[in-house]
Amino acid sequence: MNTRKVTALLAGAALSALASLAPASAQTTECIAPSAPGGGWDFTCRTIARILSDLDLIDGNMQVTNMPGGVGAVTYAMVDGERPEDENLIVATSTVGVTQIAQGRYPAPLDAMRYIAMLGADVGLIAVNADSEIDDLAELTEIMANDPGSIVTAGSSGAGGWDHIRLLLVAREAGLEDLSALRWVQFDAGTDAVTQMMGNQVDVVSTDIGEIAGFVESGDIRVLAVLSDEPVPAFPDIPTAVSQGVDVTGYNWRGVYTGGDVSDEAYQAWVDRLETLYQSEEWQEAAEESGLLPIWRGGDEFTQYVQDQEEAMAEISREIGIIE
Amino acid sequence: METLSALAGGFAVALTPLNLTLLLLGCFAGTLIGALPGLGPVNGVAILIPLTFAFGFDATSSLILLSAVYFGCMYGGRISSILLNIPGDEPAIMTTLDGFPMAQQGRAADALAISGVASFVGATVSVIGLTLFAPLLARAAIYFGPADYFALYVLAFATIGGIAGVDPRKTLLSAALGLMIACIGIDPITGIPRFTAGNYHIYDGVDPIVALVGLFAISEILVLLEKRGKERAATIRVQSWLPDFRAIWSTRGAMTRGSLVGFVAGVLPGAGASLGAVMSYAMEKQVSGGGGTFGTGDPRGVAAPEAGNNAASGGALIPMLSLGVPGSGTTAVMLAMLVSLNVQPGPLLFAQQPELVWGLVASLYLANIALLVLNLPLIGLFTRLMMVPTWALMPIVAAVSFVGVFSISNSIFDLELMIMFGALGYVLRKLGVSLVPLVLGLLLGGDMERNLRRAMSISDGDWGILLSSWISVVLYTFTALFLALSVWLAIRDQRRAKLFPENRTSK
Repeated sequence: MNTRKVTALLAGAALSALASLAPASAQTTECIAPSAPGGGWDFTCRTIARILSDLDLIDGNMQVTNMPGGVGAVTYAMVDGERPEDENLIVATSTVGVTQIAQGRYPAPLDAMRYIAMLGADVGLIAVNADSEIDDLAELTEIMANDPGSIVTAGSSGAGGWDHIRLLLVAREAGLEDLSALRWVQFDAGTDAVTQMMGNQVDVVSTDIGEIAGFVESGDIRVLAVLSDEPVPAFPDIPTAVSQGVDVTGYNWRGVYTGGDVSDEAYQAWVDRLETLYQSEEWQEAAEESGLLPIWRGGDEFTQYVQDQEEAMAEISREIGIIE
Repeated sequence: METLSALAGGFAVALTPLNLTLLLLGCFAGTLIGALPGLGPVNGVAILIPLTFAFGFDATSSLILLSAVYFGCMYGGRISSILLNIPGDEPAIMTTLDGFPMAQQGRAADALAISGVASFVGATVSVIGLTLFAPLLARAAIYFGPADYFALYVLAFATIGGIAGVDPRKTLLSAALGLMIACIGIDPITGIPRFTAGNYHIYDGVDPIVALVGLFAISEILVLLEKRGKERAATIRVQSWLPDFRAIWSTRGAMTRGSLVGFVAGVLPGAGASLGAVMSYAMEKQVSGGGGTFGTGDPRGVAAPEAGNNAASGGALIPMLSLGVPGSGTTAVMLAMLVSLNVQPGPLLFAQQPELVWGLVASLYLANIALLVLNLPLIGLFTRLMMVPTWALMPIVAAVSFVGVFSISNSIFDLELMIMFGALGYVLRKLGVSLVPLVLGLLLGGDMERNLRRAMSISDGDWGILLSSWISVVLYTFTALFLALSVWLAIRDQRRAKLFPENRTSK
């Protein structure tokens, strides 16, 4: 009796797990987050799915699938090889994805996909410990130019990742010629890097502002600059790098692409749908809550933007010796 | 006093009917998810996140539900470790070492009860620690740099040699295999792929849970196929359906020590529950391991790692809440959920959202009690699982393994990889090589390497940084003492063997 109960319990659990994995039927739309649950790409898909269905912009529900692997490369290969024509599929991507493509880490080039739109962006920042001797961006750029070996910089990406590259853009602007002279330490998250900076393991952190906003508010760290065109609404007092004479912006945008063989009509339909979504109060609210700056670029404008960004990334990656 | 009144406010939040219901549901679901091989806390929490959005729960209720699932998984992971020798999730791996031998001796009920109570003690110690010292301990994490984490991992690896198996050479071989597998994937420091043969599916490395399920569950099925499914049901006689309470009381020392070690490992964001379980087990073996009973069904070998991994999972909430630094995969997912609910974990969370923090803490106390109450009566039920003939049980294990692994990544490749690990596990078992050090090498090796590389990046290649802080010096001293003690014990055993030659053959 009890044996049977346990068996039934286990079998039932297995079945319900199977049911949750059932593939989407042909009509439903799907958003693939090329990462594990949690994190930026997952948020992009889940928020888009929720609001599209709330606003009745799609029939029924949008299914969100997590397909982690190779910082998005697994999904890129799958869409390129198996579903290039699937007009019901969108995939979350960001500056991180374009960086990977620029460094030749994806199985297909940038133009293998059709880039639909960006809906918002995280803003980069450069920060030091609250009791650091570096008081403002000018002092930091001075050190970068003249004595780059004296400081240790850190962030949540590896060498050649976006946190590193946007700091190097600042360093190059400051006049540092040999970009590899600046020490860089990778941590798993921006909060990790900040915590290590508070313990004086590293001197400067470059990462997204959203993730570490709590430390900015508490005064544990001093933000030297945000890498946006205008100050961030949540922290209007923090000056931009541009306003301090360092002409660098470093957005980590969030957007989506679809397969390379999707028809023009279907592509345009996605651009229109997402533009409606972008203008909705729901999106503006969701973006703000998760520390994103709502920014819209769609269709051809977005495609051009992504191409330009890929070229810029490739150039600086060559300069620091990440690619040949 | 201030803390107590804050906690009282927390209980008021936790005891609302909705939150209490969510808590109980979460505990039950978590225990089940944790018990199923392949489905662990990360999946459990990840599967439930969309649900919390769908029902529109507020941040506090969502967090209570997910934490209950998280703690429930930590309780549940031990069940299949003990009954099937298949860890339900990564931190439960140490529980197989003595838990499964106990079950084989017909003491499954004791093992389940001891591990249940140990889980309760460990989790309660960590929640009390969270209540009293959270803001203080969060600061401790700041002083631990990459070089110190590396020293901590060196200590952990020094203890692995003594953990499993009779032949240290085979243990080292197994751990080395694990370390080699941990090198596969994109090097996080430079972003260069290593040993991937151009296959994008292993760019992120080998997911430890895939290796774990393959090595333990699939190889178990292969072994069973070989034996044609007749043996186990015949050999195991269950001695008792009810746990022996004296046995539980006798492990109180192991539980306390395991809880403290695990809690420290949990508070350090670079360590986590698996490391907590390993260190608790290794230390317990050194403290009270005389007589060579560890690994053959010693109740203390069940109590220490279970107390350790549950204490670590509670401890991991401290850096998550007060620094926003996730101490484990599960807390990383919970953190992402909090952020999307407009809660900003970090140094101001305790001041800005006290009802959320203290509501959570209070519900963790309740969850622990609920889990103990839920788990103890179920022991009889779970023990009867041992009576299920293996030919009926193993197909279910196989189905759950495949579903669980597929649900992590939706990837057929992971299933193939799991089967390959199953074959590897089968071969290693035939050679008498313990699989536990392999999984530990894989679980801990990546973090150990990353922290070494970070330290090297900071110092620009100067190895002196490894000894530049007092924390790492203390940790290396412990390591040296530990190794010296092991060598001394080995020499002593050899001398004894010389004095009593008849024992030599048995050794």
